[in-house]
Amino acid sequence: MATGSGALTTQLSGRDLTLFRGDRCLFQDVGFALQAGELLLFEGSNGSGKTSLMKAMVGLLEFESGVIEWNGKPVGEQRQVFHGSLVWMAHRVGLKADLTLVENLHFESALRPQSADDLDSVLERLDISRLKPLPLRSLSAGQQRRVALARMLLADVPLWLMDEPFTNLDREGRALVMRLVKEHLAKGGLCAMAAHQDVEIDATVKKVVL
Amino acid sequence: MWKWFHQLASPPHFYRIAPVFSTWLLLPGLALIAYGAYAGLFLAPADYQQGDAFRIIYVHVPAAYLSMMAYMIMAVAGGIGLIWRMKLAHSVAASAAPLGAWFTFLALATGSIWGRPMWGTWWEWADPRMMSELILLFFYFGYMALRSAIDDTAKADKASAVLALVGVVNVIIVHYSVQWWSSLHQGRTIMAEGGPAMDPAMLRPLLAMIFGFTLVFGSLLLRRTRTEVLHRERRTRWVRDLILAPEGNS
Amino acid sequence: MSAPQRDVPGMLDSLFAVARRDLLLAWKRPGDVLNPLFFFAMVCTLFPLAVGPSAEQLTFSGPGVLWVAALLAMLIALNSLFLSDFDDGSLEQLLVSPQPLPLLAIGKTAAHWLTSGLPLVLVSPIVAITYRMPGSVVVVLMLTLTLGTMSLSLLGSIGAALTVGLHRGTALLSLLILPLSMPVLIIGANTVSLAAGNETYSAGVWALAAYAVGALSLAPFATAAALRISNE
Repeated sequence: MATGSGALTTQLSGRDLTLFRGDRCLFQDVGFALQAGELLLFEGSNGSGKTSLMKAMVGLLEFESGVIEWNGKPVGEQRQVFHGSLVWMAHRVGLKADLTLVENLHFESALRPQSADDLDSVLERLDISRLKPLPLRSLSAGQQRRVALARMLLADVPLWLMDEPFTNLDREGRALVMRLVKEHLAKGGLCAMAAHQDVEIDATVKKVVL
Repeated sequence: MWKWFHQLASPPHFYRIAPVFSTWLLLPGLALIAYGAYAGLFLAPADYQQGDAFRIIYVHVPAAYLSMMAYMIMAVAGGIGLIWRMKLAHSVAASAAPLGAWFTFLALATGSIWGRPMWGTWWEWADPRMMSELILLFFYFGYMALRSAIDDTAKADKASAVLALVGVVNVIIVHYSVQWWSSLHQGRTIMAEGGPAMDPAMLRPLLAMIFGFTLVFGSLLLRRTRTEVLHRERRTRWVRDLILAPEGNS
Repeated sequence: MSAPQRDVPGMLDSLFAVARRDLLLAWKRPGDVLNPLFFFAMVCTLFPLAVGPSAEQLTFSGPGVLWVAALLAMLIALNSLFLSDFDDGSLEQLLVSPQPLPLLAIGKTAAHWLTSGLPLVLVSPIVAITYRMPGSVVVVLMLTLTLGTMSLSLLGSIGAALTVGLHRGTALLSLLILPLSMPVLIIGANTVSLAAGNETYSAGVWALAAYAVGALSLAPFATAAALRISNE
């Protein structure tokens, strides 16, 4: 695991986070600290600002106040390093419906550092290898989610940020997500997740309730 | 200096001091305009070529000058708001746009009225100044349309600031390309080049009008910005306190 | 993850990857490329119908008509530049990628020009000949259109980025982009007119080239800023 020089372990933290959407204050003075091997859960009802918090963490929204630190340094000062250390699994899969599964993943590989795992074995694990030549458009919502998971597995990054990763997945799919997250944490990765249902996992879990 | 700047930028503070500055700009501004209008209409001699028709420059030139000045203010304020995240600057930009559009329209209208006796037509396409003003008016329309199309105020502020900054670069290019274009088509310009040759009796009222218009513009801008600030801060504590305060502090 | 983290792919790789992806998408949906071309041809047909088909009229108004039609066709094509990326969430993925956003914007704009501006340049001689434009002028027309449509793509990417995700986005986009594009139209159309009148026209070509270079160096930053704002 590559860590910033001087930092002992990979870590993500947030302090005094306040976020407004329009005139409405979503949350105020939220904080957290996450170490390698830990899972961070954002809990809260619909509209509590879980998604907005995660979007603001990756820089898609602006916090009214507060700071996010990656390896002890504000992410605003090292945007490129931070973005090179994460994969963002959003509510929308962010893949092109007209391109095939392979074309989509091939494009992604030009954006971020890639892991040594080869495409075929990853697709095999996710049980989507038979969908390889198909355009994304013809895949079900759950299958598209699995492609988004493949994007995470193929990237060689320590931080996984997942917004409602269980949406559109069947029981088997949900178990698969938990298994993958657990493996990732065991390898020293970090994961932050917004979920409105209980997550059972055999790892250190920190919770932030919004 | 910084402290003063920050204090000025705080909405309640600005809300309190804006009327004072506004009044101090308005009164001398109106006085200058009154002098300029009187001297321009009655004291200045008639132009030996254009007769009394030239007197419309006492409105046309200040309006044309302010139409560009307002755009610069809008763009600079937008840039400050983008870079230093200063909310007051965005309020200034938002308030400057309609004023600028109005002065642009005024410049076009007076130019057109002037053109009637000079060219024998209400609108002369080949005049580069009028074309530049017209395109500037379109810029203002685009800016205001973008602002009103975005519901979220913070987002509208930033997006329109980007547009204004892009526009500033382009307004200059528009100016030169229109001049080049008009030179190809033998454009007829109203204003003869050669400011210093102007009779001092004609020039003095013009300068008074330009300064007067600018001061009044500044005063109006402050007042509009104050209203804008009040509207944007309507959910905050200080506005509630202000409204509920018994003696109506203003 | 005990192995050292692998490097982020090179910046130019990502630029080319974005351009390649968009070209591939255009290849799979040729309608998006062809529609602006048909539009261009139709606008050019409207003018002789409206102002009369006399040879004198056509040679006189040809350069202007072709340039206005090309400008409008570029405008039609612009709307789709970021729209599908915004809708399916892949814009978000570009924004959180470790690659510099202005470069990715150049990649997208380049692909956009290749699928909208370049086809217009290639089709323009056919229309120009129907307007009785001599061969030497057609060359100038193609040259100015090449440089001009590049500038329009770059300028347009700012407008498309500012209006992506807004209701009534198309009308607004025209309102923002048309004033911005006036210098390009003025210089482009008049340069062709000068060439048609056997006068020196090189200044106009150089001005267009300068404009294109200026747009290439400034517009991507504005586009990137606008994309971040619009995706909020």
